Amino acid sequence: MNILMSIITVIYYLLVAYTAVILIYNLIKTKTWEKEALYIIVLLPFLLRLFRLK
Amino acid sequence: MADNNVYIRKIILSVLGFLLLIFSGISFYKHRHLEEHVVLGEGVTEVKKLSDYFDGVKGTINDCNIYILEGKEPGATLFVMGASHPEEPAGRLAPWIFVENGVMEKGRLIVVLSANRSGTTVTRLGGGYPPDYTIPTGWGEQKFRMGDRWANPLDQWPDPEVYIHYPSRQNLAYVDIRNLNRAWPGRPNGTLTEKTCYAFMELIRKEKVDIFIDLHEAELQYPVISTIVAHEKGHELAAVVSMVLTDMGEFNMGMEYSPKSLHGLSHREVGDFSDAISLLFEAPEPFLDATRGKTTREQLLTGKDEFIVKAGEHGLLFEKIDENGWPIDVRVGRHTSAVLMTMEIWTEEHPDMSLVCINVPGYAEVIENGIGYYLKDPFRANPERVIIE
Ligand SMILES: [Zn+2]
Repeated sequence: MNILMSIITVIYYLLVAYTAVILIYNLIKTKTWEKEALYIIVLLPFLLRLFRLK
Repeated sequence: MADNNVYIRKIILSVLGFLLLIFSGISFYKHRHLEEHVVLGEGVTEVKKLSDYFDGVKGTINDCNIYILEGKEPGATLFVMGASHPEEPAGRLAPWIFVENGVMEKGRLIVVLSANRSGTTVTRLGGGYPPDYTIPTGWGEQKFRMGDRWANPLDQWPDPEVYIHYPSRQNLAYVDIRNLNRAWPGRPNGTLTEKTCYAFMELIRKEKVDIFIDLHEAELQYPVISTIVAHEKGHELAAVVSMVLTDMGEFNMGMEYSPKSLHGLSHREVGDFSDAISLLFEAPEPFLDATRGKTTREQLLTGKDEFIVKAGEHGLLFEKIDENGWPIDVRVGRHTSAVLMTMEIWTEEHPDMSLVCINVPGYAEVIENGIGYYLKDPFRANPERVIIE
């Protein structure tokens, strides 16, 4: 079970990184400031988990 | 020109976001790595690690300190556990007072201050909880990590859709896979939380613990509050302790039977899977109530909250509350008194297996002097007697 959990955790962190990249890409592409602010706020918890801060 | 404005705006917003990330990140990092000092009282004869009992937790964040207070004369063995739920500070500060002050005249006391040590390094995600709290003392302030009910997701991940408890196979809430008090008796090849419980079970079996006490706090809207939850092996002991405490008039203490079909909790599984009597003590903590006002350090320590008082006026609470709140000294005093009373009643019934502890303040003394009076200055203590928790 522990091996399975480790594998899922690695996949999970890859997904977090992938989502963060997508959010940053959308942040660059979008034209409205509301969406820019929204992408940044949504991005924060992803980065905090990715950097293992929370 | 318009494009330039968009770029500048994006940069400004990104810098603001980055600053938020930096400030919150520093706060979270400092919380996770805050060093708490424990000054070993003269009664502490040995400090072990949890991994001394089960190798599987070695090198993990949950390899906590085990404080042993060997009595001058032999007797029974009592194990008092703090921070099973690290968001319940009285359950941690009461055993802290035993470690820094207690001396066993008869019998042996084993104390843990950070049972779910991982849970002491995080607060509820998205909850805006204070990361720490300070207790004023005669020599300054002592800072403690505020914790969470569950282990830190940085230490144990992923959570399942449904948590299937081992070995009962009872279905529990997914998040409780990281709840130490839903993972008893644990297993050696399980999750970090299950391994931690298994290690404590090994400790209880190897040290031949006679009584196990798990210290908690509860929200006022929860029916299990201001009470002792007792395994059937401890019904008589708990009933007398609760009766004497209540009759003495210091504070009301109830007594409840540990349900046989509710699995993963210490008062059930420790009793079932070892020879020890298992008890769980609950004190009131308004900070945990969902209807609380501000989630602040002040509320955590004073237990004052007008919104919860209002809930009480509407008959929604299982414990009384007024404008005086539930100060931390009162909650810690309840726990120290209840543990001392357990030793006293046990000793009356088992004179050949006594438990006698001195120098630990009871309810009235803790309230009169404050907890800080019983916390020792780590910077003036013999460095060899100072431990990082
Ligand atoms: Zn609890």
